[in-house]
Amino acid sequence: MSSSTNADEKKKESFNAEAASLLVNNLRATFASGTTRSYEWRASQLKALIKLCDAHEQQIIDALYSDLAKPPLETVAYEIAMFKNSCKAALKELKRWMTSEKVKTSIATFPSTAEIVSEPLGVVLVISAWNYPFLLSLEPVIGAIAAGNALVLKPSEIAPATSSLLAKLLGEYLDNSCIRVVEGAVDETSALLQQKWDKIFYTGNGRVGRIVMAAAAKHLTPVVLELGGKSPVVVDSNIDLKVATRRIIAGKWGCNNGQACVSPDYIITTKDYAPKLVDSLKAELEKFYGKNPLESKDLSRIVNSNHFGRLTKFLDDEKVSGKIVFGGEKDESKLRISPTILLDIPRNSLIMREEIFGPLLPIMTVDKLEESFDVINSGTKPLAAYLFTINNRLKEQFVMNISAGGLVVNDTALHLAVNTLPFGGVGESGVGAYHGKFSFDAFSHKKAVLYRSFLGDAPVRYPPYTNIKMRLLKALVGGGLLGIIRALFGLS
Amino acid sequence: MEINGEFLEESVRELRQYFRSGSTRSVTWRKNQLTALLDLVHKNEDAISESLYQDLGKHPVEAFRDEIGAIGKSATYSLSCVEKWMAPKKSDIPLLFFPAKGEVLAEALGVVLIFSSWNFPIMLALDPLIGAIAAGNVVVIKPSEQAPACSSFLANTIPRYLDSNAIRVIEGGAAVSQQLLLQKWDKIFFTGSPRVARFVMSAAAKNLTPVTLELGGKCPAILDSLTNPSDFKLAVKRIVGGKWGPCSGQACIGIDYVLVEEKVSSHLVELLKKIVRRFYGDNPLESKVISRIVNKQNFTRLCNLLKDPLVAASIVHGGSVEEKHLFIEPTILLDPPLDADVMTEEIFGPLLPIITVNKIGESIEFINSRPKPLAIYAFTKDETLKRRILTETSSGSVTFNDTMVQFLCDTLPFGGVGQSGFGRYHGKYSFDTFSHEKAVMHRSLCLEIEPRYPPWSKFKLEFLRLAYKLNYFGLLLHILGLKRYK
Repeated sequence: MSSSTNADEKKKESFNAEAASLLVNNLRATFASGTTRSYEWRASQLKALIKLCDAHEQQIIDALYSDLAKPPLETVAYEIAMFKNSCKAALKELKRWMTSEKVKTSIATFPSTAEIVSEPLGVVLVISAWNYPFLLSLEPVIGAIAAGNALVLKPSEIAPATSSLLAKLLGEYLDNSCIRVVEGAVDETSALLQQKWDKIFYTGNGRVGRIVMAAAAKHLTPVVLELGGKSPVVVDSNIDLKVATRRIIAGKWGCNNGQACVSPDYIITTKDYAPKLVDSLKAELEKFYGKNPLESKDLSRIVNSNHFGRLTKFLDDEKVSGKIVFGGEKDESKLRISPTILLDIPRNSLIMREEIFGPLLPIMTVDKLEESFDVINSGTKPLAAYLFTINNRLKEQFVMNISAGGLVVNDTALHLAVNTLPFGGVGESGVGAYHGKFSFDAFSHKKAVLYRSFLGDAPVRYPPYTNIKMRLLKALVGGGLLGIIRALFGLS
Repeated sequence: MEINGEFLEESVRELRQYFRSGSTRSVTWRKNQLTALLDLVHKNEDAISESLYQDLGKHPVEAFRDEIGAIGKSATYSLSCVEKWMAPKKSDIPLLFFPAKGEVLAEALGVVLIFSSWNFPIMLALDPLIGAIAAGNVVVIKPSEQAPACSSFLANTIPRYLDSNAIRVIEGGAAVSQQLLLQKWDKIFFTGSPRVARFVMSAAAKNLTPVTLELGGKCPAILDSLTNPSDFKLAVKRIVGGKWGPCSGQACIGIDYVLVEEKVSSHLVELLKKIVRRFYGDNPLESKVISRIVNKQNFTRLCNLLKDPLVAASIVHGGSVEEKHLFIEPTILLDPPLDADVMTEEIFGPLLPIITVNKIGESIEFINSRPKPLAIYAFTKDETLKRRILTETSSGSVTFNDTMVQFLCDTLPFGGVGQSGFGRYHGKYSFDTFSHEKAVMHRSLCLEIEPRYPPWSKFKLEFLRLAYKLNYFGLLLHILGLKRYK
């Protein structure tokens, strides 16, 4: 018994830089053999992923419940169903995505034809996060597979049940010669980051994002960084308050209890409107989660004691004492914090300086709603920004002046589910985008191809250089047929 | 004025403020700047030619073909398209979310930094600038100090034509570059070597700044044994033009080496010699048609490549160097050793190795065993070979039956992969590279989907399952109570 445990430990210990290097070399050899290039292979892997979901739904639900106490419905709706949908859409579009794009050529290169060919980058690394550990691991994998790459997935160790389930299921259902899962924490991730990848796709926070990009820089590896930020919600008056409130709640506490990169982080509204909003939130929260939300089965728990401590610190900040108008209950043993609303918090409080990533919702009040734009723009660019209003001019100003990864008017978080919209950040909230065809593109190299023939050679290109050649060249490069004729007749 | 950290910080602060004021947003501002840039180039053609001659010994025709003309064309194209590019792109939203509207809006990234290289010192500064302006950004250009006349020209002329609240040129060497990299940028566009690129990207990582890296590599030309002798002659002519034409081989997409079947190699060498003589005369240094080597350092580097005795033994044409004028004549090598520096490093000079293979198909393996280049050129009429090259090799671009011209095509993305870089530009790709594509979704507050909200129930779960599948009919049955649960 003890010898097998020792062997297990040895196996775990030995995933160091050497092991990582061996792994990458193996994958590179498989990629070079061309296995991942065919449509058949890509489609087979995507189909296998769908089968995996169907056959193991309960295990996935259980793993997510173990890691996050995620309500089964959230798992099914936001992790599994959304993922399956993406897979199916990719399968449907794959042939079209793989087809090269013909492009027009100009007179400067006449006669010629041109096209853009999508080719896989090679061997890619996907590092995922703990909050949607199933979706955020496999959604990028769809893109990597569809684009024809070999890949390594490193799931988050902070969601250990999901991590080991992914290792097991991907090992069973997918082609192990091209797709591997490496479990582990900082050491294993560092070992992986030392290797040369053709692309690194990272979902997580800005601190680690910098480490990933710095490691990528050593090998000139392009990256996609899906990070986060403080996604604000601007709430105007004169709206259907009940609908708006429910959508805010769905996007905040309905998404992993606020632990989501696009969760509404804080609200900005006018001093006059704030009390109405608070009352509406209280009423709807009770309808959703009952009188004792700390016990509600419809809310995820806080992922671990580190994060629990981090969130508690926000509430302990003396600048927000007395500002809690709802909730504030905690149960450390169960890692639960009830939906909490804070009103009129000062801009320099801790909770307004960092991304909350939890069930606390501060409400900032301003005199005029237009001031909210300055508040938002004075911070770093978030992954998402939301506005509730019926005022078209305000909508226009919001869309033109607020810079964020994505914007939604009159709802929250929903744009994640629309795979015709690119999903990604800007500035501190990240680099690159994915979902739908954007995932395929993120893992592809778009190779420019120009076909020329042996007919027609413009002598103007070659020395000895003469004045007439100079004139013709100007006309040719300038691109006008008339200009060329004039040059030929010495008229320019 | 001393260019130190404080000065740069202040400059960046001013630029950011100007950006925030929204002045660079309007289509009018962008069009005005692009028009002014065209004006700058047209009115200063002679000065630009002169600077290029001073820095690199470039012939005016080469200067026009590769730099002045190219910039003019690029600016004109962007001017005519910028409004179209700025328009939001509609995205289809599934019926499930009705009523909803989706679109992608391009917005400027903000304050961007452009590092340009010394070999096409005007073009590589102004072409990215066109993209940055079209996308509505404010810009700092850091021209290469290794082309000092051009750097000066840009520093003195740009403020006379363009909005200096938004566009600035900062001159200097490595120390200034380092200082620039300490600032916080919203994008860095770098053209140069992989060594410096690593440094730039590492610095960018500190601020999560997105980068585009336009690097280089050993760009091979595959020359198939073409049965038609005039085709073969034309191919060789284009190879000569593609090797020594652009800055005497000092070009990122210039041909680095040629791969050819052994049986035609001597014919190739003969033809190359003939055409080189025809284009550049018997004394290329005197003919003043080829650029010189940019500086002593590169001159020495190239001379050293030839010093290896086995490499020297492989010279079949040329080989003479003239240190005073930093001139190296077109030099052809036949099968130099593959482990010599001339075959392991990017040459970036007027030395052309010819590598012979038994069958031309072996070229593919040869290329694949080396880092991915910025361009692959292939002269062939064999459709199977074309297909194989396209699917079995990887490079920034592939051009069949010609060299260099792909960079004139505004509809083709220009950029590398692997060691040759990442990101791309030219045409709309320039606009995109300096933009953030912001997703925008509009919903209305009427028409609610109740099952989105807790408390959860079996009904709601089934609803959401059907909703995700966009199974509208199933949804209808479900709502009407006519569907059975699994």
